[in-house]
Amino acid sequence: MSVMLTSPVLAILGGVWGLLALATGVAWWIAPAPDSELRQRVRSWWLIVALCSLALTFNRAAALVFFGFVSFLALKEYLTLVPTRQADRRVLFWAYLSIPLQYYWIGIEWYGMFIIFIPVYLFLLLPVAMVLVGDTQGYLRAAGTLHWGLMSMVFSLSHVAFLLVLPQGQYPQVSGPGLVLFLLLLTELNDVGQFCWGKLFGRHKISPTVSPNKTVEGFVGGAATTVLLSALLAPWLTPFGLRDALLAGGLIAVAGFFGDLSLSALKRDLGVKDSGALLPGHGGILDRVDSLTYTAPLFFHFTRYLYF
Amino acid sequence: MLRLLFYLLIVKPFLLLAAGVAVRGRERLPQRGPALIVANHNSHLDALVLAAILPLRLLPRIRAAASAEYFLRGRWRSWFARRVVGIIPVETKGGCPHAEVLGEVRDALAAGEIVIFFPEGTRGEPECLGKLKSGIVWLAQELPMVPICPIRLRGLGKVLPKGDWLPVPFFCDAWVGEPLRWEGDRQRFMAALAANLSGTL
Repeated sequence: MSVMLTSPVLAILGGVWGLLALATGVAWWIAPAPDSELRQRVRSWWLIVALCSLALTFNRAAALVFFGFVSFLALKEYLTLVPTRQADRRVLFWAYLSIPLQYYWIGIEWYGMFIIFIPVYLFLLLPVAMVLVGDTQGYLRAAGTLHWGLMSMVFSLSHVAFLLVLPQGQYPQVSGPGLVLFLLLLTELNDVGQFCWGKLFGRHKISPTVSPNKTVEGFVGGAATTVLLSALLAPWLTPFGLRDALLAGGLIAVAGFFGDLSLSALKRDLGVKDSGALLPGHGGILDRVDSLTYTAPLFFHFTRYLYF
Repeated sequence: MLRLLFYLLIVKPFLLLAAGVAVRGRERLPQRGPALIVANHNSHLDALVLAAILPLRLLPRIRAAASAEYFLRGRWRSWFARRVVGIIPVETKGGCPHAEVLGEVRDALAAGEIVIFFPEGTRGEPECLGKLKSGIVWLAQELPMVPICPIRLRGLGKVLPKGDWLPVPFFCDAWVGEPLRWEGDRQRFMAALAANLSGTL
């Protein structure tokens, strides 16, 4: 079954490409050196936008493979960062294998399995695999870190993909790719907005120990921008009325903020600045999907509870 | 041809998925032979990674010095190691003069090839540099004009450690150091090499 495409999705994707072209022009103007961080960052954005556009317009299978691959890279980056025990190699291998399964449940639209596979079955089974290996030194830490990674990088992120299969024709103007586009766009623009507002007007640190660059002004300005954008975009991509569009925008702004902080805390705990080197100018893939690990499940359940 | 297909269709996609090596200092990689690539050694994947991060056009000229006892055991393994991976077998038992053990490596370098060489002699514990053997000094003395390119690898000992067959994906890094040359002082040479390979530069 191919994904039903509504023209608003294409129009808004076109708008994103236009916005990125504009951002590229601005970056060339204010940062003439081709290998400056800003220019690298914009180049990485082109890659992200191109891949997301392809995934969202091709068909459902391509989109599921794409988001599954994002989960894979995120989990791989996480497991590279955190300490792991050599004794758990096989357990980690099983953890990776859960990714195709989790996205398969989405492909066959088995909601019940999708929602308990990682929080219940893997939560119980992977520690069993560790116990069978028999190494008790650092057992709680190993089981805990692995489950935290699976919950964030596979379970939470896979909610993006379940949005693809959520609409069943109840709302003629709403398509799966439209909901995904709405979530991705607002989450990423919320990051960008909070960053820009903070750069311009930031004075009061909001979380000095976890992320010293975040400010009250950045958070409030970014959140206001996100709520406004949500109200503007919702009629084209979602079934929301004005009240729910404002609520969804607020939800994404707050959740995105804490998703970002949560990963910052993790990086600070491990003593690293960037989570990896996959996206030049951004850092690793976790530096890009950190907010999404919070916004995706919360936005999904908000939408599903109220509309589907 | 077989080597090219093996690297393009199997090694590169596999390494991309299982390792995803981030190369720092790629501009310091040799662009032509002869060159001696030296690296720390923790995994069977090391030689494949080093061959894969060099420019593809150099592939026909790349060889890897590898343990004769291990890689020439069995007809299939021997054929695969020699023909597809392109190893130069080296006796690692010890006790023989350098010229006998490393003669083939020296000849390959003299003929302009790029040779991958692990001065630890064998795979050690992940992220822990073992004692460097004297073979590298002998090679550097024999061929003082050949640039020596030190590369520190990290993570491959987690992807596929010694004594295991199941690869588990982790991101890996490769730091390419400044080329070393033999300047006549053995101790300084070994210290510079060890610093490059252990990342304590």
